[in-house]
Amino acid sequence: MTLTPQLPSAAATPRRRARTSPPALRAYQYNLLAYKRTWRGSLTTTFLYPVLYLAAIGVGLGHLIDHGSNQAVGGVPYLWFLAPGLLAGTAMQIAANESTFPVMAGIKWLKTYLAMLATPLEVTDVLYGHLLWILTRVALASGVFLAVMTAFHTVHSAWAVAAFPAAVLTGAAFAAPVMAFSATRETDKSFVVLYRFGIVPLFLFSGTFFPVAQLPGWLQVVARCTPLYQGVSLCRGLVLGHLGGWDALGHAGYLLVMLGGGVLAARVTYRRRLVQ
Amino acid sequence: MRLGDDALMRQGPGGPSDPSRHGQLGVSTSGQGAGAGGSTGAAVQARRLTKRFGDFTAVDAVDFDIQVGEAFGFLGANGAGKTSTMRMIACLSPISGGTLQVLGLDPMRDGPQIRSRIGLVPQEDTLDLELTVRDNLYLYGRYFGLPKKQLRERVEELLEFARLTERADERVDPLSGGMRRRLTIARALVSSPSLVILDEPTTGLDPQARHLLWDRLYRLKREGVTLVITTHYMDEAEQLCDRLVVMDAGRIAAAGSPRELIEQWSTREVVELRFEPEGHQVHGDRLADLAQRVEVLPDRLLLYTDEGDATLDAVRSRGASPIAALVRRATLEDVFLHLTGRSLVD
Repeated sequence: MTLTPQLPSAAATPRRRARTSPPALRAYQYNLLAYKRTWRGSLTTTFLYPVLYLAAIGVGLGHLIDHGSNQAVGGVPYLWFLAPGLLAGTAMQIAANESTFPVMAGIKWLKTYLAMLATPLEVTDVLYGHLLWILTRVALASGVFLAVMTAFHTVHSAWAVAAFPAAVLTGAAFAAPVMAFSATRETDKSFVVLYRFGIVPLFLFSGTFFPVAQLPGWLQVVARCTPLYQGVSLCRGLVLGHLGGWDALGHAGYLLVMLGGGVLAARVTYRRRLVQ
Repeated sequence: MRLGDDALMRQGPGGPSDPSRHGQLGVSTSGQGAGAGGSTGAAVQARRLTKRFGDFTAVDAVDFDIQVGEAFGFLGANGAGKTSTMRMIACLSPISGGTLQVLGLDPMRDGPQIRSRIGLVPQEDTLDLELTVRDNLYLYGRYFGLPKKQLRERVEELLEFARLTERADERVDPLSGGMRRRLTIARALVSSPSLVILDEPTTGLDPQARHLLWDRLYRLKREGVTLVITTHYMDEAEQLCDRLVVMDAGRIAAAGSPRELIEQWSTREVVELRFEPEGHQVHGDRLADLAQRVEVLPDRLLLYTDEGDATLDAVRSRGASPIAALVRRATLEDVFLHLTGRSLVD
């Protein structure tokens, strides 16, 4: 053991410390590294999903719908109507997927959260790192979705660019509260219930596939109050270029409040679960 | 000035250590003291430390000091409060009462700073089974905020230390329990900690794997790392620990070096006698005066005495003829069973 090699590194210490990345980004890096082993399959699915849906339902079913009456979905071809709705619905589904089972894995199955907490990372770092990763996944899927939409000639407004952050916001609004919920669960059984009675009905009845005006009166009110309705309306309005400013603010505000509330709830449930 | 003090002063509390500055494994030896305030010579100091979960008191007002550079053991049956104590020291679990200082800092206030200077080997591995051995080490170092270049060098050193260099690019999943354990220990060293906490490091390992681990822990100790170990293997505690405490139902039942504990709580030697099983109680009563203490077990008689051979001669001269007789030195296990009883705690 000699002292000589210590000298240069000692001088470099302050600069090196300044370069250290924020703790939440260190937690985020775990997901990046883990994604390296699954990204091919994951990206393929991300491409296939919009292609299949838009081709089968948008083009195939849409042909029948447009044949009957071209006023059925507000004067645009059914494919144009469907695509932005699906964009928001997909953002929600990815967010829900990524904030249920992976959270359980972090706590119980792989215990990645526990490994992180034995290091200088804090509970909030673990939470924000994971949330950031979920948003990355949503952003990736939304970007791909918008590209596929463009290929299907369903984008007709410059405002469609803003549909990208809108879709990510929709995902974020679901991710945070679902993470908060997942951190309270002992088994993954509740996730099936969440899907069956939450995510799937929302996906089907929030104006994704048909205008909520088709629903019976009282259900219309319910549908307009759901979070996915906000995301769908926001994305559709932006892509078709017919969104009013106040409407946009209303929808975005709703989703932002949901995101904020979800983050606050997750801070509580994560701490309760992980610090005992 | 010792190497560790030197390193620590430059680094300041909480900053990741630089392995290139240190010895072979690059551990900083001192820990608290310089820069961290409260240079008491104690790496960990607990006073009336308490942990409660609802109505259940897992750790009940315990006092202990762990000195810098020593290997300190917590012994106890399952549920004795060892793991709860470890988790409080590792700043993973808030204390419910009393005071606790780790490396001169307050775990309730300085958690991240303390954790940046300790390595934790938890009871259950938290390795990522899908990632490679190397990635597991690398990623963990990133959690500490270690710079990439320095970390890559560190990872190679640790792979060597854990004898995992050849498996570095394999996934963790197919590795044996011993290899995973070694990886977990190597991972805990990634930040060159001055205090390493090992919660039952060798449970479930075969003897070869255990001995290899012990060897690695000796090496750490030689480099001046403070080790805190929980175990329920008495031979392990005797081998590894300079001092230890025996915990029972959340309290400290005894404290001292293995030798001191044996001297205080047991005789020097133990004579084990085996008779026909139904005769054990009778023989036990008859021979009671030949030893300082006699314990009647279902399968054998234990005579606690300072002169085993003399006692055995005395047994034979009384005409008792055991099927088997054995004179051995008293071990920590005798102390442990004496202090915590032989009944199963579940």
